[in-house]
Amino acid sequence: MRAALASIAPTRHICGSMPTQPAIEVHRLAKIYKQVPAVDGVSFAIAPGSITGLLGGNGAGKTTTIAMIMGLITPTSGSVNVLGAHMPAQRYRVLQRMNFESPYVEMPMRLTIRQNLTVFGMLYGVRNLADRIEELAEVLDLSALLDRPTGKLSAGQKTRVSLAKSLINSPELLLLDEPTASLDPDTADWVRERLERYCRDRHATVLLASHNTAEVERLCERVIIMKSGRIEDDDTPARLLSRHGRRTLEEVFLDVARGRDEAREAAQ
Amino acid sequence: MTVSSDVARTESAFAFSPQRVAAMMLRYWYLLRSSWPRLIELIYWPTVQMITWGFIQYYVTQNASFFARASGTLIGAVLLWDILFRGQLGFSISFLEEMWARNVGNLMMSPLRPVEFVTALMVMSIVRLAIGVIPVTVLALIFFGFNLYGLGFGLVAFFINLMLTSWAVGIFVSGLVLRNGLGAENFAWSIMFLFMPLACVYYPVTTLPVWLQPAAWALPPTYVFEGMRALLIDHTFRADLMLYALALNVVLFAAGVFGFLKLSEAARRNGSLMQTGE
Repeated sequence: MRAALASIAPTRHICGSMPTQPAIEVHRLAKIYKQVPAVDGVSFAIAPGSITGLLGGNGAGKTTTIAMIMGLITPTSGSVNVLGAHMPAQRYRVLQRMNFESPYVEMPMRLTIRQNLTVFGMLYGVRNLADRIEELAEVLDLSALLDRPTGKLSAGQKTRVSLAKSLINSPELLLLDEPTASLDPDTADWVRERLERYCRDRHATVLLASHNTAEVERLCERVIIMKSGRIEDDDTPARLLSRHGRRTLEEVFLDVARGRDEAREAAQ
Repeated sequence: MTVSSDVARTESAFAFSPQRVAAMMLRYWYLLRSSWPRLIELIYWPTVQMITWGFIQYYVTQNASFFARASGTLIGAVLLWDILFRGQLGFSISFLEEMWARNVGNLMMSPLRPVEFVTALMVMSIVRLAIGVIPVTVLALIFFGFNLYGLGFGLVAFFINLMLTSWAVGIFVSGLVLRNGLGAENFAWSIMFLFMPLACVYYPVTTLPVWLQPAAWALPPTYVFEGMRALLIDHTFRADLMLYALALNVVLFAAGVFGFLKLSEAARRNGSLMQTGE
């Protein structure tokens, strides 16, 4: 099913007010590598202050889509607007107002947490940087580790450091690619709770790419399901459950991933 | 989670922020400070090379009248070659540190402009060069009586030209690594050796076959090494050679920046910025 492909974010918003201009606007975005489409003409718009999940299996095109939104990959065709700036051409107008976290990118291992956050705080022009680092360390439970090299931390601690880096400039727009991958359930839940609170306090827009359905169901008021570079469905979790006649988002995801809907429609 | 930070907003694409340059220099300084093998490596090879060539020079000056007259040309060439080679390596290694750390994506997504990144890499190449080469010049004076600083203003002209060449090559190599991943890392270590035979580091240009000499004169370092020999053998500072080198360096630097920008664009098209492995 490929419903509401070009829709603006659904009307239910956890945080922030109803938008006048989308925080992210993607129009017929495509990325083709050697005639193989990684992203195949997707369109969507994300309302400011909303949390949207980009759900899909491996190779669905989530990371490529996020990378094009960040300006790290140039689209083959289509357009991306972020906070009113055309990406990647006008990225320097908005990079200071956004940030990201991805498992494909790491923090320098030999630097301590404090050193890493100092460097990135300076790059983002954060004022009162020492206070900001202390504040983030306290919230993310890193205070006791601040002077430890990042390479000597556990996976969970490293994820919290990456999260601290992604929040160092209090971004209006946060792009998260598998933010809780490789974390144990307790730590993952702890991270989600912090993200939820940040979005609420900052009225920030979050786009979260994940294949963790429980995470998406808990955090996101809107879910875009991708498969083979295309948007297969796009709605609120409640409407997705209702439309697919399922009790959990995981069941919906499996339906889409395995093409059960198409098989059911074909049988009818 | 509270939101109390205050971010200074500078949104122009052409903005140059000394603070962001300082942030990158601080990052490399933290790295150098945290790793004594990195510091030792900076000094180790220049020292070994200088001592080896110092003894070779000592041997030939005792056995050949020309070299007795041209005392210091070999060891001077070694030290100037080190400025060229280590300058480029210092630039490239700082860039490679980001690739090894898988940190390129973080930097590309930050407000850091390419010109600020390149400026930080250039300054760090001088810092790394100073750490590696200054102690070696002192050793050259102590062991072989060769005073590099005795070249006076000539040394300043040589240094500026050699650094410009090293940065031009370093910028281009960084683009290659950005586009092709760490599989292209070997270029960073070896590309400068392409210059070595043609730049006539240890011998005059007239040693080359006539048909090859125009190629040698197309390289800025050739003028520097010829200038050094003119200074040490004939005690003449050849300003004309330095001006030719400077003009060629402007062209080479522009070509390096152009190549870097084109390779960066290609990296964005190919998705290489997200896949910084091999």
